[in-house]
Amino acid sequence: MSSPLVFEAKGLVKRYGQVTALDGVDFELRAGEIMAVIGDNGAGKSSLIKALSGATVPDEGSILLDGKPVLFKSPIEARRSGIETVYQDLAVAPAMTIAENLFLGRELYKAGAIGKLLRLLDKNEMLTQAVSRMNDLKVGIRSMTQSVETLSGGQRQCVAVARAAAFAKHVVIMDEPTAALGVKEGNMVLELIRRVRDKGLPVILISHNMPHVFEIADRIHIQRLGKRAAIVNPKRISMSDTVAVMTGAKTVDELPAEALA
Amino acid sequence: MKQTLKNLPWNVLGPWLALAAACFFFATQSDRFFTGENLSLITQQVMVVGVLAIGMTLIILTAGIDLSCGMVMALGSMVMTKLAVENELPVGLAILCGIGVTALFGLINGLLVTKAKLPSFIVTLGTMNIAFATTQIYTSSASVTDLPESLTMIGNTFEIMGTQVSYGTLFMIALYVLMWRFLSDTAPGRHIYAVGNAPEASRLTGISVDKVLIGVYVLAGVFYGLAAMLSVARTGIGDPQAGQTENLDAITAVVLGGTSLFGGRGIILGTLVGAVIVGVFRNGLTLMGVPSVVQLLVTGVLVILAVAVDQLSHKKAR
Repeated sequence: MSSPLVFEAKGLVKRYGQVTALDGVDFELRAGEIMAVIGDNGAGKSSLIKALSGATVPDEGSILLDGKPVLFKSPIEARRSGIETVYQDLAVAPAMTIAENLFLGRELYKAGAIGKLLRLLDKNEMLTQAVSRMNDLKVGIRSMTQSVETLSGGQRQCVAVARAAAFAKHVVIMDEPTAALGVKEGNMVLELIRRVRDKGLPVILISHNMPHVFEIADRIHIQRLGKRAAIVNPKRISMSDTVAVMTGAKTVDELPAEALA
Repeated sequence: MKQTLKNLPWNVLGPWLALAAACFFFATQSDRFFTGENLSLITQQVMVVGVLAIGMTLIILTAGIDLSCGMVMALGSMVMTKLAVENELPVGLAILCGIGVTALFGLINGLLVTKAKLPSFIVTLGTMNIAFATTQIYTSSASVTDLPESLTMIGNTFEIMGTQVSYGTLFMIALYVLMWRFLSDTAPGRHIYAVGNAPEASRLTGISVDKVLIGVYVLAGVFYGLAAMLSVARTGIGDPQAGQTENLDAITAVVLGGTSLFGGRGIILGTLVGAVIVGVFRNGLTLMGVPSVVQLLVTGVLVILAVAVDQLSHKKAR
């Protein structure tokens, strides 16, 4: 394990009334990796991601970003700390242009006191940056001034991923980014996620789609019964063994040692 | 050819075509329609609905609706005239107080829509009645006359090519240009579109949706106050029964102008065209001798038609 830890959670507990969604779960993410999070329904997968992205505040435990403890009370606070989240849908404003969507809520203003005071948009600069960022990530969309609703589902998701990648300083969290997409479109988004990682941003990928997870994850966090059951290496474990651990058919002790990561 | 026709910006062209068609129709029905005198009348009628419709556009862009606008305007105009005439306040201060009251109604609407999470339709149906009743109680349903000249000054006119244009109409056009730039060139302006188009996505990008919405309702209230000032200037009295036809006319203007009732789509300059269409219809029908009750019927049909077109194009966009 050469890469340093970027994002870490220790002993997170989250209870909803009688239900314990997170029962002391640990989590880790290293620089430059794609960490997939998988788990059966009710395993605490969404609760874990909500805690990491600031959507909920855990009852116990600590979260460390670059080794320093952090406490996010909202997704906005997490975002200010450099953690961007891509949601399954709801992510873009369809009637607005691609450039506007990339900078929504983070618009660039014209220089000078009047520009700042009146919050006058620097549309040219935003357009230029939008083009260069999309080129960086090799997203093949011709015009940044077309509205997002003219794009296919996969292209829309690419806009959301590109936005996250453009503004994230530390971590990008992706919640089921390919769930609503067809095969070809899904692959397009996977390719983009890989490029995001290759540019140096570590990625947390939540997915139900095992082939997708095995295709791009560097390591897999298996969530079970509110805890981390194991971290496995997708290159040294079969898909069926992974599912077996996820569902409880196999325990970690029954796995060969090299499968763990 | 078919493809080119389809790709034309119909939401921009549509209102202009409708206006041209309406003008053509009324010109064939009445010789007096295209006279300078009549066009003066239309521009003066349009200024009140036109300014109300600016506020209405902002609210409809956020996927809301405001049924209280005409009644709030009437209350504002009574505050202005009563304070100026009966309490002998300086005219400028009286106008500011009137705008303050209409903005306060906007604030109440905005707080109820955001903090109490009530649908704008019901909220403004309530405040419409509250504003109407308050106006009647405050004025004992009596008009205010003998207004100081400075209160009606903005309704004065000057001549351009045989047409009398009022300063109020110029003021209205200036407001439209200002709001057009605001909506297209500033971050708060774009956030109004974003909140109307995708509230959840906007919230997740860090836009404070509640702040945007409250701001929109208050700003709309300010426009209703300015419309009240123009209404007083045009009629020369403070009329507690004002605003009853303007309410629906403002909504009609916005929808005819191509702004979608589903929020997030529309161009403010389209609303200006919409307001002129409404003015042309009312004027043309009067010239044709159509009774005002039937005019009301026609406006009702007009707004339903416009909403149906909006609904259909929305379905297609999906």
